[in-house]
Amino acid sequence: MARVNPQPEERVLPPELYAQLDAFIEELHISPDDARRKDTLIQVLHKAQGLFGFLPEELQLHIADRFAVSHAEVSGVISFYNYFTTTPKGKYRINVCLGTACYVNGAEKVLQEFERVLGIKAGQVTADGKFSIESLRCVGACGLAPVITINDKVYGKVQPGKAHDILEHYLVEIVGEEVPLYA
Amino acid sequence: MVNLFIDNRAVTVPDGASILEAAQQINIRIPTLCYLDLGELKMVNKTASCRICSVEVEGRRNLAPACATPAAEGMKVTTNSKRVLFARRRLLELLLSDHPFTCLTCAKSTDCELQTLAWEFGINTQRYQGEKSEFPIDKTSGALKRDPDKCIRCRRCETMCNEVQTVHALTAYGRGFTVTVAPAEMQPLAESNCTYCGQCVSVCPTAALTGHGYIQETWAALFDPTKKVVVQVAPAIRAAIGEEFGIPIGTAVTGKLVAGLRRMGFDAVFDTSWGADLTILEEANEIIKRVSANENLPILTSCCPGWINFVKYQFPELKYMPSTCKSPQQMTGTIAKTFYAEKIGVKPQDLIMISVMPCLAKKYEANRPEHQTSGARDVDYVITTRELSKMLKESGVDLRYMPDEEFDNPLGEATGAGVIFGVTGGVLEAALRTVYEKVTGAELADVNFEAVRGWKDVREATIDLGSRTVNVAVASGLGNARKLLENIEKGTSKYDVIEIMACPGGCVNGGGQPYSHERLETIQARTQALYEIDDHKTIRKSHENPSIIKLYEEYLGEPGSHKAHELLHTEYWY
Repeated sequence: MARVNPQPEERVLPPELYAQLDAFIEELHISPDDARRKDTLIQVLHKAQGLFGFLPEELQLHIADRFAVSHAEVSGVISFYNYFTTTPKGKYRINVCLGTACYVNGAEKVLQEFERVLGIKAGQVTADGKFSIESLRCVGACGLAPVITINDKVYGKVQPGKAHDILEHYLVEIVGEEVPLYA
Repeated sequence: MVNLFIDNRAVTVPDGASILEAAQQINIRIPTLCYLDLGELKMVNKTASCRICSVEVEGRRNLAPACATPAAEGMKVTTNSKRVLFARRRLLELLLSDHPFTCLTCAKSTDCELQTLAWEFGINTQRYQGEKSEFPIDKTSGALKRDPDKCIRCRRCETMCNEVQTVHALTAYGRGFTVTVAPAEMQPLAESNCTYCGQCVSVCPTAALTGHGYIQETWAALFDPTKKVVVQVAPAIRAAIGEEFGIPIGTAVTGKLVAGLRRMGFDAVFDTSWGADLTILEEANEIIKRVSANENLPILTSCCPGWINFVKYQFPELKYMPSTCKSPQQMTGTIAKTFYAEKIGVKPQDLIMISVMPCLAKKYEANRPEHQTSGARDVDYVITTRELSKMLKESGVDLRYMPDEEFDNPLGEATGAGVIFGVTGGVLEAALRTVYEKVTGAELADVNFEAVRGWKDVREATIDLGSRTVNVAVASGLGNARKLLENIEKGTSKYDVIEIMACPGGCVNGGGQPYSHERLETIQARTQALYEIDDHKTIRKSHENPSIIKLYEEYLGEPGSHKAHELLHTEYWY
C-alpha cells in the first residue's frame, strides 16, 4: 500500500470513537488502489466530525492512512470547506446563517447579539466550552429567514431580541426538552 | 489529426494537442505563466489557473485558456485581438495587485517569470490597489524558504511534489483569496514530510519557493582573519555554473571555477569528487560484505539526502537498507576537519568548510546534529550553484576570463569515477568499477557501464563477478524510487544494489542549479559534460586515486576499518 504520510504520533482521542469511524469506513469497501477512493473522503470527514466534534491532526492522519492519500490532501479538503473544523467547538454550536435571504432580514444584527450576550466572536468558544458561534451561508430554509441552528436544531425568524431567550434554555441546561420554535 | 486555423494560418496537429501546442508548431507565441511541460521529466502542469494564455475561439462566448483547450477540427483561433490582449493585460495586472513590488531585493529577480511577463507587457504602473496576502515566511528547514506572499497559485510545485516526486508534502490550503500552497495544516516545512529535494523551487515561477541562503555567512567567514576558510565543490557545479556567465550550456569550467574561488579568497579549494572517491572505497567495501554474506539486500546508496529523507518518512521499515556511508559532502567535510586540520596545524573550530552544492537538501544534511565528527561542524555552510555565481559576480570574478587552475591537495585529486557522481547512474557506475576489480582481481576492460546511464525510469544491469552475479538498478526522481521501494517491501525485488537520486536526472538537475527554461536540453548537456570529464581522465577508478590510497596509508588504515567507521559512516535511521 502506498504510504505518503509521516508516522502518526501518539493518539489522545478516544479509541471507541476510532472504532466507530473504522466500522463506518469498513462498510464503504474502499480499496486503497481504487482511483475513485477520494470520492468518499468528504463523506468520511462528515462522519468523523460528527463523532469527534472536530478534525484534529491525529484524526486527519488516521483518515489519510485509511484512504492511502496524503495528509496534505486531507488537510486541503478540510481547509476548503467552512463546515469542517480542526479545533474543538462548544457543546452547543450556534450557527448563524448569513446567506442572502437571512442577511437582508437582519442576520448580521442577530450574529452581533449572540456575540454580545456570550462575550465571544464568531469562530470562538466560550471559556466554559459550552457555546461556540459560527456563521455559515444558507441552510436551505430561506422562508424562515433569519435562521440560526444550534447543534441539529433549527430556529427560524430569529430577531436580535430573541437571542437571550434562546440561550437561556441552554444556560439552564434543559436540552432534551422541547424548545419552542420562535415564529 | 486535427486541422485548425490560428490567426488565419492553417495548422494540423495530432489528436489531443492543445491550442498552445498547435500555435507553437507554427511559431506563434502565446504567453504562459502557470503552464509548464518538462517533456521527458514527465512534469506537466496545466491547471489553467492564471489564464494568461487566453485566446479567442470563434463561436465561443468566453476566452479559452490555450494551454488546456484541445484543438478541434475547423477551430478558428485568434491570439492577438484587442479583446485578447486587453484581457491578458488585466489578468496580469490583477495578479500583480496581490504581489509584492520588491523586485530589487528579491532573490528571484531576473529569473522570475512573473517579472518577465510584466516587462514584456510593458506594465508601468500598479493599476489595481487592493487587499494584499499576508502570510509568514517559512525558513524553518534551513534548506527551503517559503514566502507565500509571492505565490501566484500556479500549482506547479504541487504537481512536481505530488505527482512527479510523489512526496505529497504540498496542498492548496484554504480557499478564495486566502488560499495558499502549503504543507498539511499550514505546518512549517520542517515539520512536514518535505524531503528538501528542491524540485518545487526549480519549477516555481516566482520567489514563493527559493533556497535558504547562506551568502552573508559565507562572506563573514571569508573576511574573518582568525579563520582558515576552505571550500569544496560538488561535481555537478562545474557543468552548470558557466551558464550564469554566458558560457555555452554543457561547458565544463572546472579549472576556471577553481581560479575564481581562489580569487574570492578561499584558502584552499577542494573537490567533492575526491570525497566521492572516498565514498566509493567505503561503499564498495560495504557492498562486497553485504552481497557476499547475502544479508540485508538490496543495499541502497546514501549519497543523496533528499532520497534519505524520502525513505525516512515514507518507508520507515526500510531504513536499515541504505549504506551507512556518509555522503561525499560530509566525508570531505569530516576529513578536512580531522586529517587536514591536523596536517596544517589548525584547530577544527578555526577551519571553516564551505560547500558548494547543486542541492537544497545538502543544506539540511550539513545542519544535522550528528555531523560534527571533530567537535566542530563537518560542513559549516552550504551554498548553491546560484548563490556562488552571485558571490563570484559580487567580487568581480568573471568565469569567462579565468585561467584554468588545479584543485588543492590533498582533498582535490579526483578520478573520473568521482566526477560522474553528479549524474543519475554515476554513483553505481563508480561503485561497480571498484567492486568488480576488488572481487575478481581482474582489470575491467571497459569501465563504461552504459546500461546504467540515460533517462529511462528504472535502468538495470547484471554484473558477473565470477563467484556470483549481482543485479543492480538505478532510478532518479522520487516517483521512480517509490516503485523500486514498493517492490522491496513486497519482497519481489530482485536487486542487490540500487542507486537513487531524488532529482530527475541526478544532481545536474538539482534544486540549487541555475534556473533553466529549456530544462531537458540543459540537463542533457550538463550530463554530457560530466561524462566527457570522466572520459578524459587518466584515472577513472576510485581505488586507483593516489591521494585516497595515501589517506588510507597515513590515516584511515583500510576501508571499513574502525577509524573509517568512526569518521566516515553514520546512522540514517535517526
